[in-house]
Amino acid sequence: MKLINKSHVAKKMPARLAVNTICKGLFFLATLVGLLVLAILFYRIFTQGIGSLNGDFLQNFASRKPEEAGIKAALIGSIWLMVVVAPVSLLLGVGTAIYLEEYARKNWITTFIKVNISNLAGVPSIVFGLLGLTVFVRALALDRSILAAGLTMSLLVLPVIIVAAQEAIRAVPRDLREASFGMGATKWQTILKVVLPAAIPGILTGGILALSRAIGETAPLVVVGIPMFIAFLPQSFMDTFTVLPMQIYNWTSRPQEEFQQVAAAGIIVLLILLIFMNSIAVIIRNKFQKRY
Amino acid sequence: MKRFKGMAMTVVMGGVIAVAAGCGSDDTKTSSSEGKGSGQLQGEVITDGSSTVFPIMEAVAEEYMGAQPDVKVSVGSSGTGGGFKKFIAGDTDLANASRPVKEEESALLDEKGVKYTELKLAFDGISIVANKDNEFIDSLTVEELQKLWIDNGKVKKWSDIRPEWPKEEIKFYSPGTDSGTYDYFNEVILEEKPMVENATLSEDDNVLVQGVEGDKNAIGFFGYAYYAENKDKLKIISIDNGKGAVEPTHETIKSGEYAPLSRPLYTYVANKSVAEKEQVADYTQFVIENAGELAEEVGYVSLPEEEYQKDLDKLKELEK
Repeated sequence: MKLINKSHVAKKMPARLAVNTICKGLFFLATLVGLLVLAILFYRIFTQGIGSLNGDFLQNFASRKPEEAGIKAALIGSIWLMVVVAPVSLLLGVGTAIYLEEYARKNWITTFIKVNISNLAGVPSIVFGLLGLTVFVRALALDRSILAAGLTMSLLVLPVIIVAAQEAIRAVPRDLREASFGMGATKWQTILKVVLPAAIPGILTGGILALSRAIGETAPLVVVGIPMFIAFLPQSFMDTFTVLPMQIYNWTSRPQEEFQQVAAAGIIVLLILLIFMNSIAVIIRNKFQKRY
Repeated sequence: MKRFKGMAMTVVMGGVIAVAAGCGSDDTKTSSSEGKGSGQLQGEVITDGSSTVFPIMEAVAEEYMGAQPDVKVSVGSSGTGGGFKKFIAGDTDLANASRPVKEEESALLDEKGVKYTELKLAFDGISIVANKDNEFIDSLTVEELQKLWIDNGKVKKWSDIRPEWPKEEIKFYSPGTDSGTYDYFNEVILEEKPMVENATLSEDDNVLVQGVEGDKNAIGFFGYAYYAENKDKLKIISIDNGKGAVEPTHETIKSGEYAPLSRPLYTYVANKSVAEKEQVADYTQFVIENAGELAEEVGYVSLPEEEYQKDLDKLKELEK
């Protein structure tokens, strides 16, 4: 008795292989579209902006003259903003995720909170700007400071970090936890020494995506009242400041052709800062991935 | 494991803080050495408002830095309406506006007890432009502009405006509804009636320039500075307000011949700030003295000299 009808298989084989090849081609094409767009973007930005990108550009403040315009205030401002956003959003985000995944009882309240956090991730950024203006700028009287803007941005990216951290913590195998409990470890010891190190790569992926969003957002900052032009550097977290995307937006909306080139140079600086942040995350991630 | 995590975090945070602190301390050195000069003012001047006025105010703030390096001037660009909101809340010292203050805004200012003074800075002429290849259009009367831009529920063709023009659909390009330019056009041309439904709206005037440039049947409007920068790519339309067609040029805008689309740009200063903060009074005077020249540099048209003198007199009154 023949279990497999060889001639039938042979007849179907070319068609099945063809479908496979077509699918492979389609998915490759899909990847290519993204890469191509990225390449065009890079090409355009670099050919436009590289001429304006020099030491003066990094050391000058903004100016009405395109040849004298620089990005100093915005670059330093963006870094200050990250100094507030990164610790605040990561600590609050990961803390919330640990509570929800490890400690909270699985009841309708927890489910309700989780659903709401997911929904918050989709709220338009300008709404967070209004919240920041009401709570931080006015009610807590932080004015238009780095702290007020940083806390607003932290709230904006918090849902993304929480969801990513939850997924990462959930993906840690149960066996690891049970082995740890079996050794007599408490819940907190297990979380700190077993769950978190295993979840770090996932948490960082979400974290870096969130921070990248925070560094590129303008809408909430405009609502909070962060100025577009300043010619001084902040001295403390209570000073006002401006950020890269606002400076870039200011330049792109100018009628003079030269400002478009200056804007492109600003975009290059923003891209470099993003790549720098991403690579730090990748380094940390790799360190931990090797251990598990 | 913990050691690795700790180390990694220390490296990241340390790096970030070092960069920020490095730049911060660098600044402290320079500002403390500059601060030793005689008669130097200190403190903050906060301005916000129209994105049309922003380039003028940015230029003024840039120049002021040379005169008073220790005064921290910040210029926002959240739109005329947004600027007034912050002015009403008392967040800012000066509100930049591309239209006069509205009644409801001045009512709110009265309610909050904010006394203010209106200062004129420069003129802007809203320019109506068509595609370079458009051969039939040279000038439009104000009535024709209204016929063009006010919605009548139908698709508009050039032949609807003048019968001898081609039977082709018109494409409209307009600044976004948040801009003072839209507000002004709405007031003098649309007279609060709805704009044609299929108009393309953009907050970025460069997008409008590109739109009109790339479409043979396009018509659009934006500030004079954008036309002046793109003269070779666009065709300007003269406007006939009953006294013959007038093209927007530096001279016609300044003399007021280019009507009704020539508009003044303003800044509103809080009287209390001028009286109480020396740096605001000094800065405001600097604004009036330099606005004309700097406005010209960034593409606007300066006011006649006596207008600035009037502004200065107003300011002197406040300082008393």
